[in-house]
Amino acid sequence: MNLFDFIAGHYDYWFIIILLAIGLYGMTVKKNLVKKLIGMTIFQAAVILFYISSAIKADATVPIIMENLPVDNPANYINPLPHALMLTAIVVGVATVGVAFALLILIYKNYKTLDENELLELMK
Amino acid sequence: MSIGVFALLLIYAAYGLPYRGDPNALVNQEISLTGTPVASSYYIENAMTDANTPNMVTTVLGDYRAFDTLGEEVVIFAAGMICFLLLNRERKREARKQ
Amino acid sequence: MKHGSSSPIILLLSRVLSPYIMLFGMYVIFHGHYSPGGGFQGGALLASSIILIRIAMEEKVHQLHFNKAYGIPLGAVGVLIFFGVGFIALIMGGHFLDYGLLPFPGIITAELRFYGILLIEVGVGLAVMTILVSIYDNLLEEDDDESI
Repeated sequence: MNLFDFIAGHYDYWFIIILLAIGLYGMTVKKNLVKKLIGMTIFQAAVILFYISSAIKADATVPIIMENLPVDNPANYINPLPHALMLTAIVVGVATVGVAFALLILIYKNYKTLDENELLELMK
Repeated sequence: MSIGVFALLLIYAAYGLPYRGDPNALVNQEISLTGTPVASSYYIENAMTDANTPNMVTTVLGDYRAFDTLGEEVVIFAAGMICFLLLNRERKREARKQ
Repeated sequence: MKHGSSSPIILLLSRVLSPYIMLFGMYVIFHGHYSPGGGFQGGALLASSIILIRIAMEEKVHQLHFNKAYGIPLGAVGVLIFFGVGFIALIMGGHFLDYGLLPFPGIITAELRFYGILLIEVGVGLAVMTILVSIYDNLLEEDDDESI
């Protein structure tokens, strides 16, 4: 329980929390609509990293069967289930960004601006 | 600002999360708390005999959970149709006005 | 883009690199059983090789490479391949998407699941490639008298 073991066991959670804070800052504080969209993409990347970092085991290798590591002992390979689920999540994120850009193009054609405060004035 | 307070609260909450790669954590056990076998250990042990495939992630995505991959593909197709329907209607309306 | 790039370095490099990226994308799809990869990753690589030509060249040339009218019909063909494999397994008397009952002669059950996963990955790769290229084409339709 010394300090080095504590830092080596928890440092990935701290990086993920920094990415979460950057994404949340972009989504709430910035006024341009495209910058809000970029903040959402950074937030999604942090959530996917959190799931994948929960799947590793100590002294285990990637989930592709090798000849000298027998399959009867599941402690030799890391957990393959979160990797499969996060592939689906990445593709759903790409589809969301595509539809969001189509909506942004329609907003620009109708209101001639992409700023949040000017849009709220124009829509009254 | 409030986002800094949010980040500090999350770092304080990360004290209770398990160590990275701990073999005693609940995520990495081979038998669940109620005594039933866990899905991940079944996928690791039986991927080669069921599907003759060395890659376990492709077997999970394509054979054991193929229904989720089907729903995934319908999501991509629906996103393509939405972009086509939203952005082609303006062309026809402007062409009909002139 | 409507007007092609005017720099000879970009024109030469995009023409040379695009077939190799397409070949690598097909390798990633068909080796999804033995190395990391599969349908979605290979489909994204194939789409990037087509979009590279669309960025660098003018409109007459890149419509010869991959016509934009082929976008959504080929995407529907990709989804139908996935559904077709599941339907054939249902007709032969099993569950939906049960690959052990596909009607290939003389192959045992474990090999049949191997070929079932391979057909699924080809269908997914085709659908992902054509839908990503058609999203790019629809986002860039613009009038001639409008400049953003």
